[in-house]
Amino acid sequence: MHPAFSVVFFTTATGAGYGLLALLGMFGGFRIIPPDFWLGLIGMGLALGLIAAGLLSSTGHLGRPERAWRAFSQWRSSWLSREGVASVITFIPAGLFGIGWIFFGKTDGWVGIAGSLAAIGAVVTVCTTGMIYASLKPIAQWHSRYTLPAYLIFSAMTGSVLLNALLQGFALGSKVQLAACLLLTLIGWSWKLATWRYNDRLEIATTANTATGLAGGTVRSLEWPHTEENYLLKEMGFRIARKHSARLRQITQLLAFALPVLLLAIVFALPWPLAALLSVLAAVIQFAGMLVERWLFFAEAKHTVSLYYGR
Amino acid sequence: MQGPPRGANSAPSQRPLADTRAPDEGDGVDTSPDVSDSIAKTTCYMCACRCGIDVHIKDGKVRYINGNKDHPVNRGVICGKGSSGIMQHYSPARLKKPLLRTGPRGSGEFREIEWEEAFAIATERLSAIRRTDPKKLAFFTGRDQSQSLTGWWASQFGTPNFAAHGGFCSVNMAAGGLYTIGGSFWEFGEPDWDNTRYFMLFGVAEDHDSNPIKIGLGKLKARGAKVVSINPCRTGYNAIADDWIGIRPGTDGLFVFALIHELLKAGRVDLDYLLRYTNAHSLVIQEPGAADDGLFVRDADGNPLAWDRVAKRPVSATDTSAKPALTGSFTIGGRRCAPVFQLVADRYLEESYAPDAVAERCGIAADTIRRIAAELAHVAFEQTIELPIAWTDWAGRRHETIKGRPVSMHAMRGISAHSNGFHTCRAIHLLQVLLGTVDVPGGFRFKPPYPRSAPPGPKPAGKTVKPMTPLDGMPLGFVCGPDDLLVDEAGTPVRIDKAYSWDAPLAAHGLMHTVIRNAWAGDPYPIDTLMMYMSNMAWNSSMNTVETIAMLTDSDEAGNYKIPFIIYSDAYYSETVPFADLVLPDTTYLERHDCISLLDRPISHADGPGDAIRHPVVEPDRDVRPFQSVLIELGARLGLPGFVNDDGSARYADYADYIVNHERTPGIGPLAGWRGKDGTSTGRGEANPDQLQRYIDNGGFWHHDFGDDQRYYKMANRSYLDFAENMGFIPKAEPIVFQLYSEPLQRFRLAARGHGPVLPPKGDRQRIETYMDPLPFWHMPFEEAAVDLKKYPLHALTQRPMHMYHSWGSQNAWLRQITSQNRLFVHHRTAAGLGLVDDDWVWIESINGRVKGQIKLIDGVNESTVWTWNAIGKRRGSWGLKDDAAESNRGFLLNHIIGDQTSADAQGKRYSNSDPVTGQAAWFDLRVRVVKCAAEEAGFTEPQFERFQQPPHFAPSPDRLTFGAEFRRAREATE
Amino acid sequence: MTCLPTQSGKKLGLVIDLDTCVGCQACVTACKEWNTGGHMAPLTDIDPYGGHVDGVWFNRVHAYEHTTEMGGRTVNFPRSCLHCETPACVTVCPTGASYKRASDGIVLIDEDKCIGCKLCSWACPYGAREFDTDVGVMKKCTLCVDRIYNDNLAEEDRVPACVAACPTSARHFGDLGDPLSAVSQLVAERGGVDLMPELGYRPTNKYLPPRAHTARAASVAAPALESVRAEGGFLGWVDRMLSN
Repeated sequence: MHPAFSVVFFTTATGAGYGLLALLGMFGGFRIIPPDFWLGLIGMGLALGLIAAGLLSSTGHLGRPERAWRAFSQWRSSWLSREGVASVITFIPAGLFGIGWIFFGKTDGWVGIAGSLAAIGAVVTVCTTGMIYASLKPIAQWHSRYTLPAYLIFSAMTGSVLLNALLQGFALGSKVQLAACLLLTLIGWSWKLATWRYNDRLEIATTANTATGLAGGTVRSLEWPHTEENYLLKEMGFRIARKHSARLRQITQLLAFALPVLLLAIVFALPWPLAALLSVLAAVIQFAGMLVERWLFFAEAKHTVSLYYGR
Repeated sequence: MQGPPRGANSAPSQRPLADTRAPDEGDGVDTSPDVSDSIAKTTCYMCACRCGIDVHIKDGKVRYINGNKDHPVNRGVICGKGSSGIMQHYSPARLKKPLLRTGPRGSGEFREIEWEEAFAIATERLSAIRRTDPKKLAFFTGRDQSQSLTGWWASQFGTPNFAAHGGFCSVNMAAGGLYTIGGSFWEFGEPDWDNTRYFMLFGVAEDHDSNPIKIGLGKLKARGAKVVSINPCRTGYNAIADDWIGIRPGTDGLFVFALIHELLKAGRVDLDYLLRYTNAHSLVIQEPGAADDGLFVRDADGNPLAWDRVAKRPVSATDTSAKPALTGSFTIGGRRCAPVFQLVADRYLEESYAPDAVAERCGIAADTIRRIAAELAHVAFEQTIELPIAWTDWAGRRHETIKGRPVSMHAMRGISAHSNGFHTCRAIHLLQVLLGTVDVPGGFRFKPPYPRSAPPGPKPAGKTVKPMTPLDGMPLGFVCGPDDLLVDEAGTPVRIDKAYSWDAPLAAHGLMHTVIRNAWAGDPYPIDTLMMYMSNMAWNSSMNTVETIAMLTDSDEAGNYKIPFIIYSDAYYSETVPFADLVLPDTTYLERHDCISLLDRPISHADGPGDAIRHPVVEPDRDVRPFQSVLIELGARLGLPGFVNDDGSARYADYADYIVNHERTPGIGPLAGWRGKDGTSTGRGEANPDQLQRYIDNGGFWHHDFGDDQRYYKMANRSYLDFAENMGFIPKAEPIVFQLYSEPLQRFRLAARGHGPVLPPKGDRQRIETYMDPLPFWHMPFEEAAVDLKKYPLHALTQRPMHMYHSWGSQNAWLRQITSQNRLFVHHRTAAGLGLVDDDWVWIESINGRVKGQIKLIDGVNESTVWTWNAIGKRRGSWGLKDDAAESNRGFLLNHIIGDQTSADAQGKRYSNSDPVTGQAAWFDLRVRVVKCAAEEAGFTEPQFERFQQPPHFAPSPDRLTFGAEFRRAREATE
Repeated sequence: MTCLPTQSGKKLGLVIDLDTCVGCQACVTACKEWNTGGHMAPLTDIDPYGGHVDGVWFNRVHAYEHTTEMGGRTVNFPRSCLHCETPACVTVCPTGASYKRASDGIVLIDEDKCIGCKLCSWACPYGAREFDTDVGVMKKCTLCVDRIYNDNLAEEDRVPACVAACPTSARHFGDLGDPLSAVSQLVAERGGVDLMPELGYRPTNKYLPPRAHTARAASVAAPALESVRAEGGFLGWVDRMLSN
């Protein structure tokens, strides 16, 4: 699949944003973190900013963005529509929560309830995003039991590392928080490794034989219906060389998991402001790593239409 | 539905729904949009097939084109090209106004001129030629469907130097058939698709008759008849064959002889058929050294004799009461002679033609050859057909049924485009005749006006060329011996293309592919003006393109072009236009009149003759004129006989006027339908002023359906022969005798042996002796025989993709999307042996040069053969293509490495790279090697050529095409 | 509405005979030609005369080499929308632009509702949908919904453009929901197959497999030829035959 930047950024940014929103909603609502004005402003600003930027970026993928409002109508069948609905609905409690926190300086009571609802909305939205991909049968790498948990895990992971950076910045960091970040990053790493392992061994039942109805033997593409690349090939016929892919997997592991783990481990032993600095660095590096991960998520996904082209 | 289903696609599974009322879906879809304001029925010209089309016009634009269900050629279907006609019609490469060259030849620098100036220039030039030496005008037309006009124009001008593109297309097929059975494949005949049970297809890619063949193959498939293809490439029609025989190029003759060998050995030939319809029993003089050795023994009236094996005496070969011998050796009047069939048996029973002897050379297992021979015999002799229809033969014998042997064959360019093609074509006809399958139910069937006598009557004109004097006939015809050749006393050719000379005695379609070289070299003489129409001779229609371009632009010491003046007519900015001094812009096929005439190549099918017209369905939006009308006006301005009235005024206003009013012989004109003042005559009759309207009213064509008893055995069917005489197809209602043994060829041989008044130059004698064999034989293609096969181990072939065959270039926005880069297809194993993998860039090298392209691996090809799609590579600056177009950057033209001459013989003479009998261009003799190119050379084709300048007022081609949006806007505006 | 409708039982679709298709591209350009001025007009071509030409087409013909132990064959393979019974391209659509008609099963796009998110093309395993970058909406085969019911066309012409054009009669059209229809019977007789049945889209269109190298292949049971026996070999045989 073509790794369009608009979609790569969209899923990565909203994943982190919803992760952060959920944690802020929960921890704020249950007063695990204080209703500090600046923390609220920056935290909610970052979360909603990432979400908004992501959603805005996703409209860059649309041919007719001015009609985007129509996407809320088909929630009964379409995960994309559900995502749209969930993301918009989540803005309501998230907005109330942010207003309560920032303008009223409180995160308990109705604000806390809004925070919890925002957290639930965030989780639901991330689920719908994951399901958009997990539901697509023509793409075996996505249509697997790994996809939905991956979206949730990565959302929680990037959200928590962001939250940690935030808290460390306000010198509010805690060992538990750090440990949670480390644990989530390690889970994310393991999940990614497991996913790759699964995908690399995937035996896809759909082949050039079933695609053409020609039973037995080999089916080899002799001539395409067109000489130049068309929409199908540009959008769904994306190919990545094995060597290139292996290199990017290494970069993903380094940026999204290894370096953040290392940095966060060091943070255990560091005082403010060094701890804050390294925590922010870990979050930034991880976000960059997740962009690479998401790029690969698309680039390594093979659509059945490529079978028709011998790809 | 009203009435019975019409058209080819009318099986129950192809019809409309039982109830075509739109269901009440409520989705707002307009299921009944208005389609067209009018439908014009005319004839397609996207290739040479001449299908009937319905052109739907909406708001003055062509909305879409579909097949005419009533049309005898395509019966409603339409091919990939036909449906893309819109893009051809609205092509940005269309010429807009007459052009006069201003820059150097080949640069593309022109200025626009008015038609009056164009006519004045052409008239002055041609008029001077006609006053002095008319043969200094060489007039060659390409894919011309108006040859009965263009040839007649040349004849009236007085130049013998006329031909169309047949010489480099498929003259071997035409001549091989016409000299053997008085007909051939494609426009001349077709398989009996409805009855055949075993169909053999030789050397056919997309070709002439494409839709009829496709419709036919569909019928065979629906009936479960067996299709066997003999072709080095497994594409297109060959892909759907039940049996694909991946033969080595140029060896089809051997394969056919091996089949004949097997059939003879097993006694599986139709002796009765041979006796009735062929010259198998005619007696041939067997006296080596005699001046008439190898000619028929004839009676006082000139009729060939046969030997009555019961009466034991010679009888006329046409004596129906005789019992002619087919074998043996006899002495008549002291002369030793033998029946043709004895000679046939002697030759093909030779062990050198046995399957085991030819298998390796053909690349076909001997067992496969034996199996196919057995299958042919089984179907021909065990699955005979008998139609319960009575008919009467030429001799008045009544037959209660029509008997048939349901084996049929079709062959085309893969056979004919070799230097041994003429004899291979003859071999295929010989095989058909031995099986008794020509013009019988289930076999191969003639399309009227064929069959004609083998060969047909008129000889080529041009023996005397005099100023201001028309030729005494048409420039193209059929020779029967050395006396008919167009050579002077020294044996020098009369024609610029050397047709009908010792180089190419049976050159029935001329040799367009030799004209540029000969005119450049002044061999046999220099010319003044080369006038061409609709043929891309500076690119894909020439062999040896690089050198051809050099010859077109070469000048003498004084700085004058060696070919002094070039007039060219084309509708598009092709690669040839920039080489013209004067460009006459033609219209598209939707803007013009044409006639698809029985005098030329009509639209007949085996069940009846037909002809058709084109008529303007949209008005030109440019200052262009149909070439035929221009030619008629030029004829009038030159005062050519036939083109002017007695008072010197123009005889015809334009081509439409000519089509209706011209009479070639009294009562016979370009169109056969609705003749006579009131339009009630058919075939013969006075001109009918309403004739074109009658054609338009009838869907653009005329067709006559034979009576049941006229449909088969046309070579000997009295009812048919009478009809054919009346229509002017044949001069007399006499039977057509198939010529297994070709006496005309033997006459050339005798000349080579020093007999007769017209003798070949000494240096040509061995060649004539060898190749003018009266019985078909096989010889190695010339290039294969001449080159070091270790150095050039591969055959290289081209074929046009189905969606582009004969379809005038790559400016078609839709078709070029399907193929804009051609690859060289190489067999997997061959590639592995050369260390090549898919997508590699390679040099393809021949003795003539090298060209660079990209390969694609394939299984379905003969292993010693590589091939590519032809004419995809284009020159930058032509056809309205942008500079980055794949056609000029990655596509390649194999023509660059196909030599236009043979290697020098012992005397140092180089002949045209052509069949020695007919002059057919031997495109497929090419031998190559394939070498991986250096890394820095990959990614772009070579040779590259300078970009052509664009003609004045040529807008750059658009970056975006939204054809059709206007129809939707109009629809939605009215809702 | 992108929920799948309750079907009327009618399943209009195509049957494509791979045994007969010669790959001539007639259906391809006939489709382009009709539809570029039809219901989804235009089928935009970007860079039509340049090096990156890319147009919208509803029907494409591939060529494959199919090699089995029985032998090899070149297969020309037309590919277009299969008008599936359970088309995910419809259910994934967030706007209701993509829909399946209840009355005849045709899968269509309502262009006015399409936001050009391209998800439907991701959901289609067959590559049947092509995006028009110029208009910004997805386009696809309409089964010539503006031909098959069109009162302005002669009744005999109310078939999809590709079926009308096909010179080898390799394309068939009808109601595959009716087991007695000519197309259903053709499918039954020739062992028609679904493409990618394992994905569960339940395509309506069927493909008839090539017959070469199978029990369905056309064949001639011809005994091997034997040389004519007895005296004189072949020439002796000729004499005997003529004397009879």
